[in-house]
Amino acid sequence: MNLDLLTVDAARSAVQERKTSATALAESFYAKIESDDPKIGAFLTLSKERAMAKAAQMDALAAKGENLPPLGGVPVGIKDVMVTKGVRTTAGSKILGNYVPPYDCTAVAWLEAAGAVVLGKLNCDEFAMGSSNENSAWKLVHNPRDLTRVPGGSSGGSAAAVASDMAVAALGSDTGGSIRQPASFCGVIGMVPTYGRVSRYGLIAFASSLDHIGPLTKTVKDAAIVLRTIAGRDPMDSTSADVPVPDYVAELEKPVRGLRIGVAKEYLGEGLDKEVRSAIEAAIQKLAKQGCEIVDVSLPHTRYAIPTYYIVATAEASSNLARFDGVRYGYRAKDARTLSEMYRRSRDQGFGAEVKRRIMLGTYALSAGYYDAYYLKAQRVRTLLTRDFEEAFNKVDAIAAPVSPTAAFKLGEKVDDPLAMYLADIYTVTADLAGIPGISVPCGETKNKLPIGLQILGRHFDESTILRVAQASEKAVTSGKGECP
Amino acid sequence: MKVTEKDVAYVADLGNLELTAEERIRMVRDLNSILGHIDSLNELDTTNVQPMAQISDRHGVDQSKQGSERFAYASREDIREGLRKSLPHDVALENAPDSDGTFFKVPRVIER
Repeated sequence: MNLDLLTVDAARSAVQERKTSATALAESFYAKIESDDPKIGAFLTLSKERAMAKAAQMDALAAKGENLPPLGGVPVGIKDVMVTKGVRTTAGSKILGNYVPPYDCTAVAWLEAAGAVVLGKLNCDEFAMGSSNENSAWKLVHNPRDLTRVPGGSSGGSAAAVASDMAVAALGSDTGGSIRQPASFCGVIGMVPTYGRVSRYGLIAFASSLDHIGPLTKTVKDAAIVLRTIAGRDPMDSTSADVPVPDYVAELEKPVRGLRIGVAKEYLGEGLDKEVRSAIEAAIQKLAKQGCEIVDVSLPHTRYAIPTYYIVATAEASSNLARFDGVRYGYRAKDARTLSEMYRRSRDQGFGAEVKRRIMLGTYALSAGYYDAYYLKAQRVRTLLTRDFEEAFNKVDAIAAPVSPTAAFKLGEKVDDPLAMYLADIYTVTADLAGIPGISVPCGETKNKLPIGLQILGRHFDESTILRVAQASEKAVTSGKGECP
Repeated sequence: MKVTEKDVAYVADLGNLELTAEERIRMVRDLNSILGHIDSLNELDTTNVQPMAQISDRHGVDQSKQGSERFAYASREDIREGLRKSLPHDVALENAPDSDGTFFKVPRVIER
């Protein structure tokens, strides 16, 4: 079976109609991973035993002529920040190098309950901190479209695996853009749902008020199928919202004609690469041609989003990462004479440079004398950023914007300048701070054939509208994997 | 320069990190560069703006209530029976770097 461009529905139907078996399908994906992944670096751990057990279960259902669940037999990958029972989970960090979790992340469990075959765990920046995947403690991920370039981050392995057809779909996590930006860089679909839409139970915490789990897929419809499976109230996460989950796939049938699409000048200003700008503007024009009304909106506090984000996110990270102390799980430094020395050495040796930098920045922002000036100030500006969106959404149904100021950059290009790396998150951190949903959909390419993503942002809990707009853009511009027709 | 090497040593101590001499020098540079950018927040007058801890502050809370009652939507009745079971003892200890089968073992706690 040809694995290229294989979608969720196509994979499931093939197993259902017994054109192939889930077992054979999983085996072909493992063969592809074995041959292609050495040059990409997307997978950290393979979960063959677990995958084959699920595949056999789906094959048994299909053999009995029973209806397969929505992801029956569909091979997927999971970002290594989501815990998987019995399958090593490292969060891209040496400090969790040998960690084998005793429980499953809710999103993974629900995906598997819907028949998905979990192939393995995907590479990412350490604790999801990074925008290029270069902070993984294990290995680099190469962008499948140009191996000299980054795949984006922090869900770089998830985007690269889907883009190179080593998984039909993947789960990623987005705290400041970590699903949308790599999706954009690799030419796939990436979606961050509303905060609280998908349970965070079992997601190794980076910044609890900003962390989201979401899908990376080859088509917008696949994103809708995966989101429908993982969304909903989970008693294990008190911040998961008790808001009904619509049938996102059915919602895709509704027309986009008459929808008001906002365009914010703050997202098309200085710093935006010319080729990216023209691709975004062309994509917006194509939405207009399909009957969307294009409306100018303003998000006046956008320039304060990066400083706000890097205070809030690092403050929460410094607190969340305090749990890694070498006592109950994870790496422990040898030969420490006292408990205090053991804590320090384990953390010093276990964490990478970027993680230490963020723990330091967050601890500084929360320390006595600086709390009001930094953390409280950032929380107040977060309110202003959220109000910007609420006011804009009084006028429009969705907002169209770039995902990243540039297409994928070269490996190594920004590693020595953390601030430059942070500043490139400008168009994505805002949605996480405001808790609104967003999706990246390929809308064109640069002269060098690098994918460019269009971002569609929506109202709280209105994933349906942004999926519809994204699908309209997908149909107008691309064949779903970033190739222009 | 806002952050000095002394500040870095103090904050590292709070964060249970040691950092090598090289790491400390680099940290002084990086923190000053990032905090310099963060200072732009002071351009905004936020005197009358409420801080926002998370988005649930705006969805689901009862605005008329104070304290934990604001978040009643996220709480449940007490359960006396049928509670989710804790991890079995041996499973909880499986990932421990050092254990005697009953407890997690650590180096001595009291420093003399």
